[in-house]
Amino acid sequence: MTGHPIVEHIPRLRRYARALVGDRYAADDLVQDTLERAWNKFYLWRPGSDLRAWLFAIMHNVFVNQARRRRYEVEQPLDDMPAMAVRATQSDQLELHDVDRALRTLSLEQREVVLLVVVEQLTYGEVSRALEIPIGTVMSRLSRARERLRQLLGGQSVVPLKVVK
Amino acid sequence: MKQITDSDLHAFVDARLSASDRASVEAYLADHAEDAERVKTWREQASALRALYDPILEEPVPPELAAVPHRPAWHRYAVAASFFLVGIATGWGAKATFAPGVQTPLSLPRQAAIAHVVYAPEVRHPVEVPASDEEHLVRWLSKRVGKDLKAPHLGPLGYDLVGGRLLSGPQGPVAHFMYQDARGQRLTLYVSRTRGEPRDTAFRYSQEDRVSVFYWVDGNFGYALSGEIGREQLLKIADVVYKQLNP
Repeated sequence: MTGHPIVEHIPRLRRYARALVGDRYAADDLVQDTLERAWNKFYLWRPGSDLRAWLFAIMHNVFVNQARRRRYEVEQPLDDMPAMAVRATQSDQLELHDVDRALRTLSLEQREVVLLVVVEQLTYGEVSRALEIPIGTVMSRLSRARERLRQLLGGQSVVPLKVVK
Repeated sequence: MKQITDSDLHAFVDARLSASDRASVEAYLADHAEDAERVKTWREQASALRALYDPILEEPVPPELAAVPHRPAWHRYAVAASFFLVGIATGWGAKATFAPGVQTPLSLPRQAAIAHVVYAPEVRHPVEVPASDEEHLVRWLSKRVGKDLKAPHLGPLGYDLVGGRLLSGPQGPVAHFMYQDARGQRLTLYVSRTRGEPRDTAFRYSQEDRVSVFYWVDGNFGYALSGEIGREQLLKIADVVYKQLNP
């Protein structure tokens, strides 16, 4: 029962979905919808091409369709909302919890790019194809996301103190 | 490398530079403290994000997710499903559906498949309102179902609208559109209100006896396209239906 090539990518799809939407159950719903669609369209996948990038592209489409229709939009902050520091003032070192909260304040577009590049370690070209945006847009979203996180986290050194599961 | 850009700094942090470009960026950073500080912060962000989310890779995959890419197993249940369909059609299932306290409502694809097998073979009365009266049909069904409906146009795919009818489903009125190709092959589109909170799903596929069904939920309404044709052929049509309903 472990033979299908899609199966080995499920843990990474879950990691990305959880980082993207935050809530565990909403994230697994997103993974399930992605897998259903991938499974229905598997005959469209070209053997030899990167299955992982193809799956992230499908997840992006499912996610955007759902976000467009209200499901995750409560989480969508405005791009030009002023950055508000989320760091606890009594500590000089950031906890991972703060990083997670800072990530939530990024726009969905920036969050997708920064997670695909940093956590999933896709190349810029793969991100560009998965999200169907030009490389220049990948770079500008990445740049804005990183700068915004830097602002939010106050440029302090980030030391992993505890893991938020 | 002539001039170091912001993109080079990102590519440096993400380890996407060649050895020589990497050396140029390192040399540049040695002279530019502010950029060196940014690069340092980005690296710290990256390791924090990975530390946060990498543990998810170690979690066991929920069985309902692991099961999705093994759908062919479904076909083994198709026989059982066909017995179930017979049971429903003979009224045995109606008891299960309407008996108070029994919480086993028919799934959307099964409701749609049943409506399909009941009406698609009709020769003289396949629909209540024919396609020649499409405007009235759509207005009437929209009013009864409580949503502005459209009858998708599938002419380019070889299927013409035959007409439609109003059905009674577990959630009240159901709009039922019928299409037919030149060989008399029929497809039906079943549109019903759904239970519970509004939600959206991706396309799902179900094989109900000989009937293939693609279905999805969009807000408060469920849509199911049924036909006795191959899954891939039906998927293409379902895609067109979906796009016409969600322009």
